[in-house]
Amino acid sequence: MGKLIFEKQVKGSNHFSLPKENLDVDIKIPEDLIRTEDLGLPELSEVEMVRHFTDLSHKAYGVDDGIYPLGSCTMKYNPKINEWAARLSGFSALHPYQAEETVQGALKLMYELDEMLCEICGMDNFSLQPAAGAHGELAGVMMIKAYHNKRQDFKRTKMMVPDSAHGTNPATANVVGYDVVEIKSNDLGLVDIDDLQAKMNDEIAGLMLTNPNTLGLFEEDIQEIADIVHTGGGLLYYDGANLNPIMGICRPGDMGFDVVHLNLHKTFSTPHGGGGPGSGAVGVKKHLAEFLPVPVVAYDEGTYCFNYDLPYSIGKVKSFYGNFGVFLKAYTYIKSLGRLGIIEAAQQAVLNANYLRHHLRENYYIPYDRLCKHEFVATAKYQMDANNVTTLDIAKRLIDYGYHPPTVYFPLIVKEAMMFEPVETESKARLDDLLAVLNTIAKEAEDNPELVKNAPYTATRRIDEVTAARKPIVKWEEG
Amino acid sequence: MKYTPNPPAVVEEMLRSMGLNSLDELFLDVPSPLKLNGNLDLPDGLGEMEVKNHLRSLANLNVNVDDYPCFLGAGAYDHYIPVAIDQLLLRSEFYTTYTPYQAEISQGILQAIFEYQTLICQLTGMEVANASLYDAASALAEATILAAVQTKRKKILLPDNIHPEYRQVLETYAISGTFEVVILPTKDGIISSNDLTSNLDNNVAALVIQQPNFYGVLEEVAEAEKLIHENKSLLIMAVDPISLGILKSPGELGADIVIGEGQALGNPLSFGGPYLGFFATKQKLLRKMPGRIVGQALDKDGNRAFVLTLQAREQHIRREKATSNICSNQALNALAATMYLTAVGPTGLKNVAIRSHQLAVYAQQELAKLGFKLKYKQAFFQEFVIEVTNPHLINERLLENGIIGGYPLTDGLMLAFTEKRSKAEIDKLVAVIGGN
Amino acid sequence: MNTPDDLFYTQNHEWIKVEDDKAYLGITDYAQYNLGDIVFVELPELDIQVEMEEAIAVVESVKAVSSIYAPISGTILEVNEELEDAPELLNEDPYENHIAIISLDDDSELDELMSATDYDAYCAKLDKE
Repeated sequence: MGKLIFEKQVKGSNHFSLPKENLDVDIKIPEDLIRTEDLGLPELSEVEMVRHFTDLSHKAYGVDDGIYPLGSCTMKYNPKINEWAARLSGFSALHPYQAEETVQGALKLMYELDEMLCEICGMDNFSLQPAAGAHGELAGVMMIKAYHNKRQDFKRTKMMVPDSAHGTNPATANVVGYDVVEIKSNDLGLVDIDDLQAKMNDEIAGLMLTNPNTLGLFEEDIQEIADIVHTGGGLLYYDGANLNPIMGICRPGDMGFDVVHLNLHKTFSTPHGGGGPGSGAVGVKKHLAEFLPVPVVAYDEGTYCFNYDLPYSIGKVKSFYGNFGVFLKAYTYIKSLGRLGIIEAAQQAVLNANYLRHHLRENYYIPYDRLCKHEFVATAKYQMDANNVTTLDIAKRLIDYGYHPPTVYFPLIVKEAMMFEPVETESKARLDDLLAVLNTIAKEAEDNPELVKNAPYTATRRIDEVTAARKPIVKWEEG
Repeated sequence: MKYTPNPPAVVEEMLRSMGLNSLDELFLDVPSPLKLNGNLDLPDGLGEMEVKNHLRSLANLNVNVDDYPCFLGAGAYDHYIPVAIDQLLLRSEFYTTYTPYQAEISQGILQAIFEYQTLICQLTGMEVANASLYDAASALAEATILAAVQTKRKKILLPDNIHPEYRQVLETYAISGTFEVVILPTKDGIISSNDLTSNLDNNVAALVIQQPNFYGVLEEVAEAEKLIHENKSLLIMAVDPISLGILKSPGELGADIVIGEGQALGNPLSFGGPYLGFFATKQKLLRKMPGRIVGQALDKDGNRAFVLTLQAREQHIRREKATSNICSNQALNALAATMYLTAVGPTGLKNVAIRSHQLAVYAQQELAKLGFKLKYKQAFFQEFVIEVTNPHLINERLLENGIIGGYPLTDGLMLAFTEKRSKAEIDKLVAVIGGN
Repeated sequence: MNTPDDLFYTQNHEWIKVEDDKAYLGITDYAQYNLGDIVFVELPELDIQVEMEEAIAVVESVKAVSSIYAPISGTILEVNEELEDAPELLNEDPYENHIAIISLDDDSELDELMSATDYDAYCAKLDKE
C-alpha cells in the first residue's frame, strides 16, 4: 500500500493562491472564537496532489474496467453524455435559492422527469427529493405512516417485510417507528401467501416488497398479495432496486403498489461514485400525493414553479430539491433510450442473467434454478461440500482474474449465496469470458483448494477485518 | 441511442443456447393481465447530437452563477473550485465503482475515504468521523437520533435561528417518535443563556448550535456548552467547513457531535445537490455512529490496508434493530472534499475563510455608509442580514443589473460573500441596492 | 460442542450459572461458534433492574449482531469489563468468561430454563432446519 496523503506532505509546497486585490479591512471576529489549533491539512504541490489521486484511482475497479456482476446493484454502463450534461454551467452553477424565473430549464427538466418516471412505473406523482434508495424508502414509509395517521388509524404499528428482503427494508421500518413482522419465503423462493394471509391484520401498516425479488424471481402472485394487503387496510410498498428487468414490460403501479422508490443510480444509469451520490426518487398513487415531500414541481400558464402548499406533506427529508446533478443524468438517459430503448434494456438484462445462469449450472449449485429476471443466486455448495471452499474464497479468487466479484452472502435465506446480475450492457463475449473464469475456479477448488482459499494474490492480500473491528483505527495519526 | 452491445444475431444465438425461441419467453412468469399492451407513452430515443442540443437548450434557460456574480448563500456557497478536482473526479475508476465491499479490489476508494475521515477530524477537532451522509440537514437528523439513543432522552433543543430547512427535515424525521423537537427562542439573533436554562430538564437529549447560525451570526458557544453538559445532555454543532479555516473548532468548544454541509469543499452548487453531510463525534460514540466507516487493517502479508469496518452497526446486518437505514452516502462528493482540502492546503483554507470574511465586512461597511443597518449586530463570518422592507424588489433590480441577489427575509435581505467576489462586484451590488 | 452440565440455558443461547443468590450470565459455545469472531460487546448497565427476557446487552461479530436477553429477573450486580478490550475472550472460552452477574431474586424462574441435555437437543434441531 502506498503512502497516505499526510505522509507525502512537503511544507511550503502548496501554491494555491487568491486574487491579490487589497481590501484594507480588519478581521472582525471576537478573539475568543478565533482558531488556535493547527488545521492539520496536508501540504502538497498540485502535481503531487494529482499523482496521489491518480494513483488511488489505479487501485479501484469501475464499470469502465470490465464486467461488474454485483447482484442487486445494477452496475450498468454509465453513459459519458450524462457526465457532460451534469457539467453544463447552466446546471452545475445554479444556486438552489435563485428566483424561479431564473431556473426555468432546471424546473422543466424536473417536471418532465417526474412525468416520465410516472409513466414507466404506472404511478401518479413523483418526488425527486430523496438522496438515495434508502432515503427514498424512508420518505415512502413515512408517507404510509402519514396516511394512516391522517385516517386516525393509529393501531397500525407494524410493517411486514419478507425474509429475503434487503436489510434496508426492516431498518427503514424501524427508523420510522414500526415493528417488523417477517414474512416467510416458500420453497419456490416467493412470498408464502399463507404466511402473509395469517399475519395480515388491523395492526399492519403495509408490506414492503421487491419485485422481482432479491432472488431475481418475479412474484407471480403479486395481484393476490396486493389484494390481501389492501383488503386488510394496509398499503403496498415497492422497493425499486430491481426495476431494471421489467421496465416497459409491466409496472409496479399496475401490480397494485401504492408507493415506490427508484434507485436512479441503478436502473437509470447514473454512476455509483464509490458509494454515492445516488438518487432515490419516490412515486405514489393519487391517494398518497398529498403526503409527498415539499416542494413538488408544478406547471402553470407556461411557467414552472415549486409548490410548497401541501398541508399534509411529510415535510422535507433533505435540503433543497434532491440530488439534481444526479437525476439530470437519469433524465438524459431516458431521453437517449426512449420508449423502445427502455424495453430493450429490460429484455437484454433478463437475457444476460438467464444466459449466465443456464451455463453456470454445470459447476455451481443454483438453488432456484428456473426462469429469472435480472439476477439469480448461485452458491458454493458443491465446493463447500467437497473441499470446504467458500463463496468468499471464490469471490476473492475472481479478483485475481481481473473481475469484480458478485454480491456475496445475500440474500440471507440462501447459504453461501453469490448473486449475479450481469446487466444489459454486457456483451455475450464478456459473459463467456466470465463463465470460463468461474469454471476454471471451480476446477481449481477441486484440484488445489488451498490456492482458492488463500486468494487473492494479485491485489492486496486478504484483509484481517476482525482486528480492524475489534480495535478500530479510523483516522491517520502522526507518529 | 442505446447501450446494449448484443446485436440481434447474437441475441438469437444466446436464446438458442438455452433452448428458447424468443425474448418473450423470458417473461412467461409475468401474468398476462399485468403485461403492458403496447409501448410506454414516452418519446422516441434521441441520438447523441440531439440529446446534446436538447440538454444545452434546457441549460440555457437558466441564469447561472458563472455568468452572474452571486450573493446568495443560506447554506450553499459559490466558493472557488480548483480545476484539478473535476478532472480527477472524471477518472472513471472513481465514479463508476460501487461501494467498496470487496476491499482487496477497492483500496484506492477506501484509502481516499480514510483520508477524508482524517481531514474531517482535523477540521472539526473531533476524534472520529464517518464516510459522509446525504447533506447537513439529514446529518443533523441522524445526529439527533444518535443523541436520543445515547442519552435515552427525547427532547432536542433547536434554536429558532437554525437553518429553516434543517428544522423542517428534523421535524419530518420526528415522525419516528425517537425524539421530539423543542424550539428554543433566541434573542437578537443568538442563543440566550436564560432561555436555554429555562428549557433544560432531565429529558433533554441535546442542544443544537449552528455556527455561524442561519443569519450568518457567530454564537458565543462557551456558556451554552457549560449549561448543556451540566445537564448531562449532548452538544451538537452544525458548522460551515470553510469558516473552520479561521474559527475555533467545535471540538475545542466541547461539542459531542459535529455535522455540517460539505458542499463548499469543492462541490458545485448544482441547484442544491449532490452535496455531502459530514459527521464527526467523540470517540465514545464511534460504535453508535450512523453510516459507513473505513478502518485501517493489515492484509495477510502484514501490509497496511483499508476496509469498511464496524459494519455490525449498519442496516444490512442489524436489519430491524438498526437506528439508521443509510447505505449509499455521498462518496464521490466526499472524494471531492478530500481533493479540495488537499488542493488548497492549510494556508489556502485559512485565506479563503479570511477573504470571504473581509469581503463581507467591506460590503457591510459600504452598505452602512448608505444607511443600511444590520438586523443583528453581532459579529458575522461571511454572511449578514440588512434591514430592508422590499427584499424581492431589490433582488429583481439586481437581476436586471446582472447580479444574483441575496436571500429574502420578511424584513431583510441576507447577503453572502465568498472569495470569488471582487471589490468591483460589491461596489456595483451596493450601488444597485442603494438605488443607483 | 461444549455444554457444561451445571448450567441453565435459554433458547436465545445464553447460559447462567447460579451461585447462592446470584447468577453469572454468558453466551454458549453454540452462540460464539455461529456468530464467528466477536469484535465488540456492549455490556449491560450496572445496577439496573432487569426483567426476564429483557434485552440487556449486545454482542457483535464481523458478520452478525445479537442481543443478549436476561434469562432471569434481577439487578445487574457486576459487568465483565475485561470484554471491553478483549471481546475475543467469548470465542476463546465462552463459559469461563461471563458477561454480567445478576441477582437471583426468584428461584422459580429457573424452571423455565433448559438443562444441558435439553439445550443440546434444541441446538441439534436448529442445525437440522
